[in-house]
This record gives sequence, C-alpha cells and structure tokens, in this order.
Amino acid sequence: MDFEFIKQVIPLYAEAAGLTLRIAMIGILLSFAVGLFCALIRYYKVPVLSPVTGLYIELSRNTPLLIQLFFLYFALPNLGIKLSSFQCCIIGLTFLGGSYMEETFRSALETVSKVQIESGQCIGLSGLQVMRYVVLPQAVSVSVPGFCANVMFLIKETSVFSIVAVADLMYVAKDLIGLYYKTDEALWLLAISYFILLLPVSAISGYAERRLRYAQFGSN
Amino acid sequence: MLSSEAIDAISKAFSVFFMGKNFIRLVMGLLVTIQIAAISVLLSLFFGTLFGMLMTVKNRYIKALCKIYLEFMRIMPQLVLLFMAYYGLTRTFGISLSGEAASVLVFTMWGTAEMGDLVRGALQSVPAHQYDSGMAIGLNDKQIFRYIILPQTLRRLVPLSMNLVTRMIKTTSLVVFVGVIEVVKIGQQIIEGNRLTVPTCSIAVYAVIFFMYFFVCWIFSLMASIIEKRQKEA
Repeated sequence: MDFEFIKQVIPLYAEAAGLTLRIAMIGILLSFAVGLFCALIRYYKVPVLSPVTGLYIELSRNTPLLIQLFFLYFALPNLGIKLSSFQCCIIGLTFLGGSYMEETFRSALETVSKVQIESGQCIGLSGLQVMRYVVLPQAVSVSVPGFCANVMFLIKETSVFSIVAVADLMYVAKDLIGLYYKTDEALWLLAISYFILLLPVSAISGYAERRLRYAQFGSN
Repeated sequence: MLSSEAIDAISKAFSVFFMGKNFIRLVMGLLVTIQIAAISVLLSLFFGTLFGMLMTVKNRYIKALCKIYLEFMRIMPQLVLLFMAYYGLTRTFGISLSGEAASVLVFTMWGTAEMGDLVRGALQSVPAHQYDSGMAIGLNDKQIFRYIILPQTLRRLVPLSMNLVTRMIKTTSLVVFVGVIEVVKIGQQIIEGNRLTVPTCSIAVYAVIFFMYFFVCWIFSLMASIIEKRQKEA
C-alpha cells in the first residue's frame, strides 16, 4: 500500500463521490415522482394510461441500465437527439428507477385491504379522503423498506455511468489504474467510497424493515 | 413524430443485420451472456439455499459472519466486485482469472448472498405458531421442517428467486467491462466494422440488444408473475 499516493488521490475520490451522489439524488427524486405517478395510475386502473404504464414498467424492469445508457448515448444521436452524458445518466436512472419505485408503491397500496377502504366509504369519506386518511398512512409505512432498497439499488447502479464518460467513482478508479498501475490502492479506495455512500442507507433500511416486522408480527 | 429522414435512417440502419453473419454473431454473443448467467444462477441457487439455512442458525458468531458477508455483497456495486476479482486478485495474489471466470465467480458470490437472504426471509416468514402447532401434534424438528416449513418456504421462494434470476441476467451485461466478448462487445464490433458503409447502424444494433435482453428477462418475469398470481388464487 502506497499511503502517500492514497493521500494524494483522496480528493479525486471525494469529488467523484460528490458527482455520483448528485446524479443519484436527482435520479432518485425523479424516479420517486415517476414511480408515484405510475403507481397511482396503475392503482386506480386509469383507462389507456394504465396499459401504457404497464408496458413502460415491463420494458424498464427487464433491461439492464447499461444497455439503456448505450441506447441513449450512442444510438439516439443518429436520430438527431443529442444528449449530454449527464442528461443521459439522469434519464437512464429515472427510466430504470421509476419502474422499481412504482412496483414498491403499488404493492404497498395494494396491501391495504379492501375492508379498510369499504369501511372508510361506509362512514361517508370521499374517494380522496379514503386515500388521504385510510390508505396512504398504512401504505407509506409498508413501502419504506422497499423504498430504501430501491435507493440503495439506484446508487449502486450509478457505477455503470463511467461508460458514458461521466467522471464518477468507477471512472476515477479505472483512470488511476491505467495511469499509475496502483490497482490495489485504487480498488480499495473505490470500495471504501461506496461503503461510505451506502452504509447509512443500508442501516436505515435494516432499521425500517425491523420496525415494520415488529409492527406486523409483534416480534423480531 | 419522426421525420421521413429519420425513418429512412432507421431502415437503413437495420439493413446491417442482413450483411454477412452480423445477426448470427450477435445471437452468439447473447448466448455467451446467457451461458455466464445460467452457470452463476445455478451455482447461486445451490449455495444460496445453504447460505440461507446457515443464516437461521442460532449461533451468534455464524450469524454475525453471515451478516457481514451479506452486507458486503449488498453494498458493493457488482461492477466494483467485478473489478476486484478481475484486476485486484491478479495484482494482489497473482491469480489471473479470465473475464468469464471472474464474472461467474462474482455473480455466484453475489447471487449466493441475495438468494441466501431470500431463503432466510422465507424461512422466517413462517409464523411461529406453525412451529408450535407442529410440535403440539408431536412432530420432531426434522418432520416439522420437512412437512410444515419447507412446503411453505418453497411456495414463497419460487417467484422471488425468479425475480433474482432476471436481476442476475441483467447484471450479466456488466461483463463487457472485463473484456468478455459478449453481445454488447460484438454489437460494438459490428458498429465499428460498418462505420463507413452504414454510419447510423448503432441505433439498430443497440435497439436489437435492448430487445434481446428484454425478451430473455421478460420470460422469467412473466413466469414469476403467473406463479405469483396462481399462488394468490390458491
């Protein structure tokens, strides 16, 4: 281990981690919005929109992000659509994340039993009120572990962004290996950086899962 | 909508598949991908089941070790693991794995962790009263596992592990990073080879690769959802 070298390149990693985090944050927020929107469409079975959403979800869930990025970055310019690599990453991540979030939210909405909704209607709540006071409070708590898992998944998926020339953690590590042959140091720093990024998310996710289990089964 | 120019460009781009053996080569590349995925999936299903059972053992140290392994595999992006196996192992221990071997190794280790967690979850999701009832009617531990726990666990496990299979197939696309000649690499070769004759062919090649992955994964997703639905009805 060449600690002098490590000390020198840590700022590079910090910068790259910042970029990774920034892309991930934007992507996660957008996927959250897309996912919620699609989940509501599918939950209420809105005509026309619902099958279209279903098609999108099948397409996005069954293809790797890498191929989606290749398509966005290398194929679309042939049709005159030129996107910067940053835009490609955001679009790709949102396209992928939207469907994962949708699945989580929809399955959470569907865990609320019919009896609950019907009881709400019986005491004279309107459709919106049922959603607001009966379904959502229960669905939100159910969806938290899934949501955390998705956040972690999406941050992990950002590791392929180096393929479209975004200077993320992976890119920096590859660069350092190529330039200085410091494979060990570069890879350890890479692993540690991802640990720092993802350990908190993982911890929160584990905590949420335990709480939910406790709420459902009354024991760990 | 698309202009007629764009449509022209697209139809010209797709003509690349009728030249020489381009399409056959791409399909061959897909087979390489599927092969790597299939080996890793089979190995992970086997080791994952063992790992999942190990995780339910009530020994504190075994539990902690399993937890650390699982968390490590969960947290590290698969690409990082792939780099560690491909570059790191060679550098540190002098073990030079081929790209294929490194991918199978990494995907198996990762798949084992994920599958193990699914198995653990399924085992633990069997409510405690099932064990108690089994004991109450006089079954021993082995019988409880064989006749009560295992059937319920398997039912839960089938759709979940199908989804894991799709995830693993999708992750296999990363092997292009460690120099395996698979579908993406061959696609790039086709694009480069026809750079002058069909300059726009990248759109056709990437679209076809996109749908190849889609159909392979979709079959598994479809099976998973059908099984899930049937279970819900039953």
